[in-house]
Amino acid sequence: MSEHSGDTGHVVPVSTYVLVFLALMAGTALTTGVAYIDLGRWNTVVALTIAVTKMMLVVLFFMHVKYATGLTRIVILAGFFWLGIMITLTCSDELTRVWEINSAGWGGIIPFLLHLF
Amino acid sequence: MAAHGADKHPPGFAHQFEDMAQQKEASTLGMWAFLVTEILFFGGMFTAYTIYRELHFESFVTGSHLLEVKFGATNTYVLICSSLTMALAIRSAQTGKRKGQIIFWLILTMILGALFLGLKLRFEWYRDYVDGIVPGISWAYNGPHAPGVQMFMCFYFFMTGVHALHMVAGLGILTVLVIMTARNKFSPEYYAPLEISGLYWHFVDIVWIFLFALLYLIGGRY
Repeated sequence: MSEHSGDTGHVVPVSTYVLVFLALMAGTALTTGVAYIDLGRWNTVVALTIAVTKMMLVVLFFMHVKYATGLTRIVILAGFFWLGIMITLTCSDELTRVWEINSAGWGGIIPFLLHLF
Repeated sequence: MAAHGADKHPPGFAHQFEDMAQQKEASTLGMWAFLVTEILFFGGMFTAYTIYRELHFESFVTGSHLLEVKFGATNTYVLICSSLTMALAIRSAQTGKRKGQIIFWLILTMILGALFLGLKLRFEWYRDYVDGIVPGISWAYNGPHAPGVQMFMCFYFFMTGVHALHMVAGLGILTVLVIMTARNKFSPEYYAPLEISGLYWHFVDIVWIFLFALLYLIGGRY
């Protein structure tokens, strides 16, 4: 049939698929290679940046989101927004807690309670 | 009801929709709604992983170094190849290629998916079992940070295990697609089952991209 099928879906050229595929393979090689270089805490940042870039390539081209309608895009963005809420709020609680009471065991509770009065 | 002749509607068209474009958008949107629940399902595990990794960073680095990067990387390459073959299977249906070509790409995708599971089972989980780094089943690790490493390995087996279950489900879906293709269910006008199954398959690929980065590569390998 026709290469451009009108309103029932965008046909992505094979060359685009192959380019995305090569970029994904290169990204995997790059992220594996960088892991063997000491960048301190930046290793994690680089690994996640490459992973997010690979994800964007898969989502936009293999999953056809580049050619999707606005409604579909909003639903996808909402999904990632809620994921962000889950991670951000959980971390903001867990990583800012002060463990003063438990650091002295359960016995620490008594001075804490006395302190209240 | 003479207006509802076979020449008016393409095969696969459901009558509640205005046209094929609307039907396609509905199926894509519905699949993404499901995938959003999947994002949050895996997201819960990634959130827990982030917290425990922050609390026990040294342990997680030690645990991560028990995994072999070469197998994680190989499986990443395998899954990326399978995503390409899946995309090409859908493209073959979109462009009205003969069904043999669609089935060829689908079966190649299944072979790559099975290869991923085979490598995972034989060279990772089985060796982990022999080496005694499977918490609760075979645990003989006496190195540094033993409790934290056990925690890391729990995350590793739960996250890769749930991912592998999704791969098995994907292989089942692909089997159904091969049968549907063989029965001439698809055309350039109607290939929604291929399209949304592709979305699922690519999503599972994306989960692995993050598992590879977070489980195998944290804390560096130098």
